[in-house]
Amino acid sequence: MPLLDVQNLRVDLRTHRGSTAAVRSVSFALEHGDTLGLVGESGCGKSLTALALMGLLPEAAQVSGSIRLQGQELIGLDEPALCRLRGNRIAMVFQEPMTALNPLHRIGQQVAEPLRRHQGLGAAAARTEALALLQRVGIPQAAQRLDQYPHQFSGGQRQRITIAMALACKPALLLADEPTTALDVTVQRQILDLIQGLVQEHRMGLLLVSHDLGLIARNTARLLVMYGGSVVESGPTASVLQAAAHPYTRGLLAARPRLQPHAAPHAPGGAQRLPTIAGTVPELADLPPGCPFAGRCGWTQPRCHTEVPPNVPQATPAHSARCLRPEALEAQP
Amino acid sequence: MTAPLLQVRQLCRRYTLPRRKPWEPAPVVDALIDASFTIEAGRSLGIVGESGSGKSTLARLVMALDTPTRGQVLLDGQDLHALPPRALRAARRDFQMVFQDPYGSLDPRHTVERIVAEPLAALDTPNAMTAADQRQRVRATLESVGLRPSDLGKYPHEFSGGQRQRIAIARALVTRPRLIVADEPVSALDVSVQAQVLNLMVDMQQQYGVTYLLISHDLAIVNHLCSDVAVMTQGRIVELAPAAQIFSAPQHPYTRLLLDAAMV
Repeated sequence: MPLLDVQNLRVDLRTHRGSTAAVRSVSFALEHGDTLGLVGESGCGKSLTALALMGLLPEAAQVSGSIRLQGQELIGLDEPALCRLRGNRIAMVFQEPMTALNPLHRIGQQVAEPLRRHQGLGAAAARTEALALLQRVGIPQAAQRLDQYPHQFSGGQRQRITIAMALACKPALLLADEPTTALDVTVQRQILDLIQGLVQEHRMGLLLVSHDLGLIARNTARLLVMYGGSVVESGPTASVLQAAAHPYTRGLLAARPRLQPHAAPHAPGGAQRLPTIAGTVPELADLPPGCPFAGRCGWTQPRCHTEVPPNVPQATPAHSARCLRPEALEAQP
Repeated sequence: MTAPLLQVRQLCRRYTLPRRKPWEPAPVVDALIDASFTIEAGRSLGIVGESGSGKSTLARLVMALDTPTRGQVLLDGQDLHALPPRALRAARRDFQMVFQDPYGSLDPRHTVERIVAEPLAALDTPNAMTAADQRQRVRATLESVGLRPSDLGKYPHEFSGGQRQRIAIARALVTRPRLIVADEPVSALDVSVQAQVLNLMVDMQQQYGVTYLLISHDLAIVNHLCSDVAVMTQGRIVELAPAAQIFSAPQHPYTRLLLDAAMV
């Protein structure tokens, strides 16, 4: 039995233009010690997918499908049951550590809170455990700093504190939604190394959500590329990045400026143009019922707008892309 | 020999922090220490560094939005910080800025036309353009950044992030400046939109001969647009070299870290 099994997850949002599907039939599984990346641009549904797993969707959202955590169905659970789960068996690290932490509580109390709540530890035992956690995530002089407030820490340290909170009850599944987007490049590396180390230590499953392909490439074994609420391509990270099949994934990879010496010297007017993806991301309500990328894709045929594309297996095992036109997937970039 | 487009000489900026105790001297922070560099017309310079390294302070000083504690900023050989206010205003025609946040840098109550026309109106030069000329200039500039004439009467909220950054670039270009200071111009944008805006910046370089002082934390973006790169940490420029050299033989450890982070 997989640690996490998501089948046909669908999230509908009520908007002023009626109900629209923000996540459409997303399915994936995650084992203990497995790392999965969820990558896509803003509005593609990656954060909503993570929030659905935590049962933290906004009021206006309607969720359907199946999310099984170690065999237990999470969709339809009532709030008290979800509260017993969150911070205990599933934990999440958010993008903004300053908003994730309560500015009015000492960090020692905040890290101890899940321990007292889920494991019934007393105040003294929870404090000892919180100290050990803060030391593990690399807060210097943790013993002296337990009674300080979040504003007395730097951005990187705050993110370390939220990681300590997330790990307090040794969750089976860790969700990290853009955990380093608010941090500097150098700090980013340290935080990701910390998360990697902890995931291996506790054999947790890790779902890493990011818009940054480079970050996903370095930190996950498998990845899902999302566009318009659907997973358009999935597979082993290296294989997807080296042999991207879906026109959207290819467009995304090509659109990034590369760090390589320029063929032409930097004479005035020497910079080259980047290949771009035609058009713009449509509003959710305007997404075609078929392939979400239809219309922006160079291979669009009339049926792309109406037929749901099948999952086409690629050369590498477990690598697949959703497209109606095999010739589009095989075309040399 | 003509003066280079921009010369920055031993620029320093010290900020005074609030006093901790009434009998102690107020603590100070040196946000920028002895920054010196030269930009020749057509050779854009990229500045990379982490937050707090002083790169935005440098941008503000080059834009004459803040006064340096010491040092000079020479644009075409003219010291911006020594100019009388009226002359500085006239000189602003030649240097404009594009900010990071396309949501915060456009006034939500102004139409696109008014936003883009504002630098022209603010110039206050004796040979001011007529209203008709201004309108024509605004239209032409908006068209060159890929917006339609029908967008003139719209408000910023009617545009996507990438389109707003185009409006911000149009506003910077409308006075036909020689230097544009761009502070993280694409970091708030998605990858595919980022590519469109970077392409626009390349086009404008070629079409109007603009030179950029580009501030970014992303070495790949700087490498894409700039001929030279300056690396900053803790208020100092620790490495300054042509982009290709920074890429192939980084000297400073921080440069190597940044390079590492930019590789896939």
